[in-house]
Amino acid sequence: MNLFTDAIAWMFAPAQWSGNYALPKLLGEHLALTAISVLIAAVIALPAGWLIGHTGRGREIAVAISGAARAIPAFGLMVLLVLLLGVLRIPEAAIITFVLLAIPSLLAGAYTGLEAIDRRVIDAARAMGMTEWQIFWKVEVRLGMPLLVGGIRAALLQVIATVTIAAYVNLGGLGWPIIQGIPLRRFDQVLGGALIVAVLALVVDLLLAAAQHAAVPRGLRTGRQVRRRTRPLAPAAEPSTATA
Amino acid sequence: MFTARGKRSVLAVGLVAAAALALTACGGDPLAEPSDDSGSGSGSSDTIVVGSQGYYSNEIIAEIYAQALEGAGFTVEKQLNIGQRDAYMPEVESGEINVFPEYTGSLLEYLSEDEVDVTAPEDVYTALTEALPDGLTALDYAEASDQDTYTVLKSFAEENDLTSIGDLKNVTSQVTIGAPPEFEQRPYNPAAAKEVYGVDLAFSATGPTTLESLLAGEIQVADIYTADPAFETEDIVALEDPENLIISSNVVPIVSSDIADEVSEVLNAISAKLTAEELVSLNVLSTVDQQSSADIAKKWLEDNDLV
Repeated sequence: MNLFTDAIAWMFAPAQWSGNYALPKLLGEHLALTAISVLIAAVIALPAGWLIGHTGRGREIAVAISGAARAIPAFGLMVLLVLLLGVLRIPEAAIITFVLLAIPSLLAGAYTGLEAIDRRVIDAARAMGMTEWQIFWKVEVRLGMPLLVGGIRAALLQVIATVTIAAYVNLGGLGWPIIQGIPLRRFDQVLGGALIVAVLALVVDLLLAAAQHAAVPRGLRTGRQVRRRTRPLAPAAEPSTATA
Repeated sequence: MFTARGKRSVLAVGLVAAAALALTACGGDPLAEPSDDSGSGSGSSDTIVVGSQGYYSNEIIAEIYAQALEGAGFTVEKQLNIGQRDAYMPEVESGEINVFPEYTGSLLEYLSEDEVDVTAPEDVYTALTEALPDGLTALDYAEASDQDTYTVLKSFAEENDLTSIGDLKNVTSQVTIGAPPEFEQRPYNPAAAKEVYGVDLAFSATGPTTLESLLAGEIQVADIYTADPAFETEDIVALEDPENLIISSNVVPIVSSDIADEVSEVLNAISAKLTAEELVSLNVLSTVDQQSSADIAKKWLEDNDLV
């Protein structure tokens, strides 16, 4: 418990609130790196995932990428890219790493969201005369939103946790107290930094959980609803006209 | 949701996972270092165990110690490449490892709770002997060191007429020093340089890319350790430190006190011959010529008539 209280004391010490390595500045750098990486990953993964979900083709590739690529050793990849691209391209190397890390969750969120939609709903939309694009945006994307937000949530969490390694290559972020504290053996600093990242991750998770809940279209919310019967109650002896 | 088939595959996966977990116990302790000789280090009182850090330069010095001791008739067991201080210090302190090549300044920083205020080689060594826990002895330290520096490109030094750290005042444009992250908090950080030498330096935590950043011109000053082969392979020069701002960190054998007398002659003879330039050359043989530490050590001992 002593180390824990030391860590909290470290967090609120005045040295941490001014200067080049002030906590607000580190937080800003951390969020900026996360936001840029997830945005770029979304631009790549969402269209791809939607295409796979809409056409049903390429599913195996999507599954493989979503599964295996999540296990990229981010630290090793980042260091490798820094070596390959050179010290003048460190931000690019780090962002490529985080983008690659975010893509699997976003891809999975996009295509599972579309896959989970009942085909009959899409048929119904087509039967109503909607164009393909209208079906896509108004029906498929809307209905796939909860799973997509779930994918965004997973991606954000993974990237927030991983951006701590950016401090190793001089990009700042909330990993700085950890990476500086270990060689200095200042474990209150290390724990303080780790706690801040953990709290940030939890806060983002809660916000996105609320967003995921809000993303469910009103018509799909479970709960007491009055459902209009489409056909009258009939005895079981009648041959079934509705297909199973 | 769970069909019979589902239950069976879940069971199968569970069994495989349990078996895999059980099988990991067969591998032995992954943290134990492979040792050269049979028999345990602490068990046999005649065997001297020589350890080294997970750092190629330290491994070369450990090989030198080990081969010299073998040449002097001792039975030696090597446990090389253990890792950082947090990993090996417990074993050194407990006596499981008997001989360890260390660096006076950084070991002193590691052992001291408070900030270290001594910097000259002799003072650091004295402070270290006081700070060492019981059971450990520091033998003679060598001229060879692996300490922090304020290093610049030779061209930059010539352009701005720089010989010592204080001369950086002459530079009109912004001067940034790149170093590992912890440098910013050390007693010889840019803030201290401002106090002692009156120079204004910005800090960049370049860490593992420090040398490349210096060569690429991203930073003007770099913290390159004195044993770095770059001093031979690149055109860089360390600025002089006449006010002894930077803590000295010389190579020193840390040995178990009970064998200190036996091994001191052999190891002190090595420390007497191990100069700063020699250590850099040994490191170049390792990084540039890719020779093994054992070969480098053997040749050095032969060249210096120590074996």
